[in-house]
Amino acid sequence: MYNMIKIAVRNLFRQKRRSMLTIGIVAFGVLAVMLFTATAGSFKNIMVGQITDSMLGHIQIHSKGYVASLDNLPLDKTIKTKQIKKLKEILSSIPEIESYSFRILLGGMLSNYKDSTSIKLAAIIPENERKVVPLLEDRLVKGTFLKEGEILLPDLITKGFKSKIGDDIALVVTNADGSVNGQSFKISGIMESIVGPTGKYGYIHFDDAIAMLRMDSAEISEVAIRLNNFDDMKSVFTSLKKKLNKIKNKKGKPVFEIHTWEKLSPFYSIARMIDMMSLFIKIILIGIVLVSVMNVMIMAVYERTKEIGSLSAMGTLPSKIRLIFLFEGFFLGIYGSIIGTIISLITVYIVNISNVSIAFGRGSDILLKPSVSLSQIGTTVLIVVIVSMLAVLEPAIRASKMEPIEALR
Amino acid sequence: MSLISCDNITKIYQTGEMKVKALKNISLEISESQFISFIGPSGSGKTTLLNLFGCLDKPTEGLLKVIDTDISKLNYIERAKFRGKHLGFIFQNFNLIPVLTVYENIEYPLVMVKSLPKKEREEKVLGLLDAVGMLDQKDKMISQISGGQKQRAAIARALTTDPKIVLADEPTANLDHESAYKVMSLMKKLSKEVGTTFIFATHDPKIVKEVDIVYTIEDGFLTKREDKSENGRQSNV
Repeated sequence: MYNMIKIAVRNLFRQKRRSMLTIGIVAFGVLAVMLFTATAGSFKNIMVGQITDSMLGHIQIHSKGYVASLDNLPLDKTIKTKQIKKLKEILSSIPEIESYSFRILLGGMLSNYKDSTSIKLAAIIPENERKVVPLLEDRLVKGTFLKEGEILLPDLITKGFKSKIGDDIALVVTNADGSVNGQSFKISGIMESIVGPTGKYGYIHFDDAIAMLRMDSAEISEVAIRLNNFDDMKSVFTSLKKKLNKIKNKKGKPVFEIHTWEKLSPFYSIARMIDMMSLFIKIILIGIVLVSVMNVMIMAVYERTKEIGSLSAMGTLPSKIRLIFLFEGFFLGIYGSIIGTIISLITVYIVNISNVSIAFGRGSDILLKPSVSLSQIGTTVLIVVIVSMLAVLEPAIRASKMEPIEALR
Repeated sequence: MSLISCDNITKIYQTGEMKVKALKNISLEISESQFISFIGPSGSGKTTLLNLFGCLDKPTEGLLKVIDTDISKLNYIERAKFRGKHLGFIFQNFNLIPVLTVYENIEYPLVMVKSLPKKEREEKVLGLLDAVGMLDQKDKMISQISGGQKQRAAIARALTTDPKIVLADEPTANLDHESAYKVMSLMKKLSKEVGTTFIFATHDPKIVKEVDIVYTIEDGFLTKREDKSENGRQSNV
């Protein structure tokens, strides 16, 4: 084996310029993939972080059928007090859950005593909400965060109303029984509106909502959950879903429905698109490696026909001749990958120390922090090496099947 | 004991619709430790016959036995194994592996074909290098040695697996007079020392002068056998 490797490695340096060019092309492909994946991955992380940390949380639980009618914010599809107790027990039993926050979502009419407009509101417990969506408070353009009797309004409404911090504003809502109730609120803060399902919501205190909606006991529209580790989302989702599905209503159907942020935000499709683009870049890399390695190895077999013939005449088995060429492909791939990876790591390091920033959502100066993980390096190298060897397969088989008498002629 | 036995063998090549009869009804016997040459004009069939002896090709008709094995019955892999075990080759263009050193080239069949342990390989290769007078050149790459040295390295490589038969097609064709003479003397000496049968296909009178038996091939027919040993005689075949 060692001798075959030795011959393969030395064969690569017979045509130094050609091999270097091929290794360079492979390295360039690896560089392109790693840089794109690192940068796009960083952008995706920023985007997902903004969405989950300023609005949605990582996972949400609703009463069955609520999300389908989310636009109406129905108050008859709330999670009742008894179920809240069960929910608390389940959520407390999962150590991966860092915190959770109960919300009541409601629609209402807002009036500054001169003009009125409709508004969607989230009634929250500020302490809990801060833990679940830590960037929510950062959306405050002016003013302070929420207390009882206060309201946070999206900037689009305050602009239209020409309202300012400290102004009184009247909110009228209809409860689940159909009775209309009103209350005056003081504007404590103005929130920046952002793109997304709850990006233009106003916020009131949870207790104010219970009072306005005349609930005898607390009922909630949704539970937003934050996990200790975002990467555990799928596993927590699965175990939580399993536990929640055991809770059934009188008809024997599940009481709750559970969704990850991905199902609740249109930005998930952008995140998917980034993943797709990474995949396409990888496919392009496969094409580059396949064509360049195959080209160089076909030429090598053609040039070394006599040599292959003499190896065969000496009794070298076809499998060993095939292996020599496969090793050549393997080393073309390995050298290209190593060089590409080293250049990628240097480039990523330079981008990181150059403090390149982007604007997205709440942040206008978010630092792009591209990173290349070990698994990413491993996957890319593996792809390149496998493709290199596949590219060599055809010329290697052709070489091993050569009749020595023909090859020596 | 007969190493090679040909019984009425014929080789026909098909080129498009044309059939070329390269060898016609060849019958002969070659014994152990002989130093033999096939001579004849270009295209007479010398190389074709050597290719058959070397199990690189199969006869179209007739029975060819090499070391008691009917080579027509061997498949591609079996023929490769047979060649590695029993035969050595010396080529006109040396056909050494350019990316290996002289030592590694001679070691190659022991590693790739015989899979001998390192210690035994080393002993064998150094012994052969000494025998062909190339010990001081062992670490050089093939491109760094002369034509004569290349052919000496090729001879050592051919002998490294202790083959019963070494087949050499025009081994001196690319060598100058002095180198050719040295190479021939070396092969004759080694043939006697190791008891290997050397079979040449050649035009070179220097080779013809040195060999024990000369076969003449003309137009695919074996026309003459000349035994130059003490008890030998000339006969028409």
